[in-house]
Amino acid sequence: MDLGSIAAIGAGLAAIGAGVGIGKIGGQAMEAMARQPEMHGKIQSSALILAAFVEAVALFAVVVSFLK
Amino acid sequence: MFVFSENVCRFAQILNKAFFRESMGVKALKIKLLAVVMLCSFSGFGSEDSTDKKQEEFNPKEMIMHHVKDAYGFHLWDWNGHSIALPLPILLWVDGEMITFMSSEFHHDSNGEVIVERNGHRFVNFHEKVYQLDSEATALAFNEDNYPINASKPLDISITKNVFMMWVSVLVLLFLFITTARKYKQSPDNVPTGIAGFMEPLILFVRDEIGVPMIGEHKYKRYMPYLLTIFFFIWINNIFGLIPIVNGANLSGNIAFTFTLATFTFIITTFSGNKNYWKHIFWMPGVPVPMKIFLAPIEVIGMLVKPISLMIRLFANITAGHIIILALMSLIFVFKTIAVAPVSVLFALFIAVIEIIVTAIQAYIFTVLSALYFGMATEEEHH
Amino acid sequence: MDLVTPGFGLVFWTGLTFIFLLLILKKFAWKPILGAVSEREESIKNALKSAEEARAEMQNLQSDNERILKEARAERDLLLKEAREMKANVIDSAKTEAQTQAASIIRQAQATIESEKQAAVADFKNQVAQLSIEIAEKVVKSELSEKDKQFKMVKSLLQDVTLK
Repeated sequence: MDLGSIAAIGAGLAAIGAGVGIGKIGGQAMEAMARQPEMHGKIQSSALILAAFVEAVALFAVVVSFLK
Repeated sequence: MFVFSENVCRFAQILNKAFFRESMGVKALKIKLLAVVMLCSFSGFGSEDSTDKKQEEFNPKEMIMHHVKDAYGFHLWDWNGHSIALPLPILLWVDGEMITFMSSEFHHDSNGEVIVERNGHRFVNFHEKVYQLDSEATALAFNEDNYPINASKPLDISITKNVFMMWVSVLVLLFLFITTARKYKQSPDNVPTGIAGFMEPLILFVRDEIGVPMIGEHKYKRYMPYLLTIFFFIWINNIFGLIPIVNGANLSGNIAFTFTLATFTFIITTFSGNKNYWKHIFWMPGVPVPMKIFLAPIEVIGMLVKPISLMIRLFANITAGHIIILALMSLIFVFKTIAVAPVSVLFALFIAVIEIIVTAIQAYIFTVLSALYFGMATEEEHH
Repeated sequence: MDLVTPGFGLVFWTGLTFIFLLLILKKFAWKPILGAVSEREESIKNALKSAEEARAEMQNLQSDNERILKEARAERDLLLKEAREMKANVIDSAKTEAQTQAASIIRQAQATIESEKQAAVADFKNQVAQLSIEIAEKVVKSELSEKDKQFKMVKSLLQDVTLK
């Protein structure tokens, strides 16, 4: 196995973590929106920002796999 | 080859199932798709035999990288084996003098074979990077990692494909917003008409959803020009990256571009930081002294990680989108059959639609996080 | 590695382009657009405020009107009440006067009747006296003639008298 494949596996693992994180954010945001439809806009924008933070972690891994 | 194609087809089947599980009405479409998937697994067989001929092997990685990276000329399409390309100027700073020539002098070569001589210096284009050959070398030589050993990179400020597209986007932006501003001047009661009616909600979105809530009622005005400019600059370049005919000038998926914009955000954050901001970095209030000492380096790293994550987020999102679309398209060439094209095109279309949303979301995220950092830097003490 | 290394050329041009774009758009686009928008918002806010003020004023006016109306109504009520009282007073006094007058008339009538009666009684008494004198004369005369006859006569005369 060359270095590239290992890096790809690493990026995949990071993607799992980020996927779980973003899924949780999205799910909870949906729940919150259903509970308080009048807060829809605020919840959506903060969910997007939080998803961006979580996503950054996976993207760091992708970049590291580009670095190989 | 066969195993690979089989795997891909199984993946496609699973996806297919997942997509159509809910709706029974699209059964016919499902069967058609399955047929296509079956076909592609057979044609995987077929192509195995035909590769005996010593034709140029299709390398998806190379193709994708070529499309994602910057280039000297604006390659439009191939015609009878010739590339039709818009030549762009190459500007090199060598030994205190500027050397300029058009990219067409390389004759579309990017393997370091065509040598251009100017002012006694010889240049080659290797993988869309200009190398300056050492004085006694006559051809590019490589080490075992396929890396040039007898050449060096000069300071290169060429007008590349990305710079060209950036200027096009700047012209579009200037046209759009100066026209919008003129519309307001024309109407006596500042009523938005024509294009201004379309642009005003976007501008107000940046002001009311990004500027005011992130920075605060009193200070947002100073940052509005920057936020608006960066939002529309990123957005329009994201969109330009998706237009196929301009060959996906992947400007906002280029790390140099995102690096520069993130640096601007970092500089503005640092210079607008007030006493409270620096206190929270170097001497965190409300925690015991050993903790303060422990937290200071972490906060300093955090200060730097913020713009770095901005840079990487935009770069990786846009590049990943391009890579996925190109990878789906290269499936057609990997399998060497037109039968896989519907699947590829369908998925590429699906991803492309998502990418259109991503163009706006990433511009929003970059702007909103920049605004958030400015807001943190200018926040007053409240405890 | 190549993909994630920022190239100097693009950094240079991006920085330059972005600064120029920022300055030009700031001067020729964002300032006029945001200025126009905030000016419009300001004017809308002012218009709303003045409308609100006008409404408040109108409300004030209306309540003023109402107050005046109420006062007028109260005054009218007061006047009516006074008039009614006066009427009652007038009626009352007239009634009492009439009563007293009637009483005095009755009293006078009674007094007249009494005096008439007294006069009548006196007259009657005179007559009785006269009669009794006459009777006595006759009695005395008959007494002198016949004793029985005299008695009879007195008797019949007395019978006449007792009727009175």
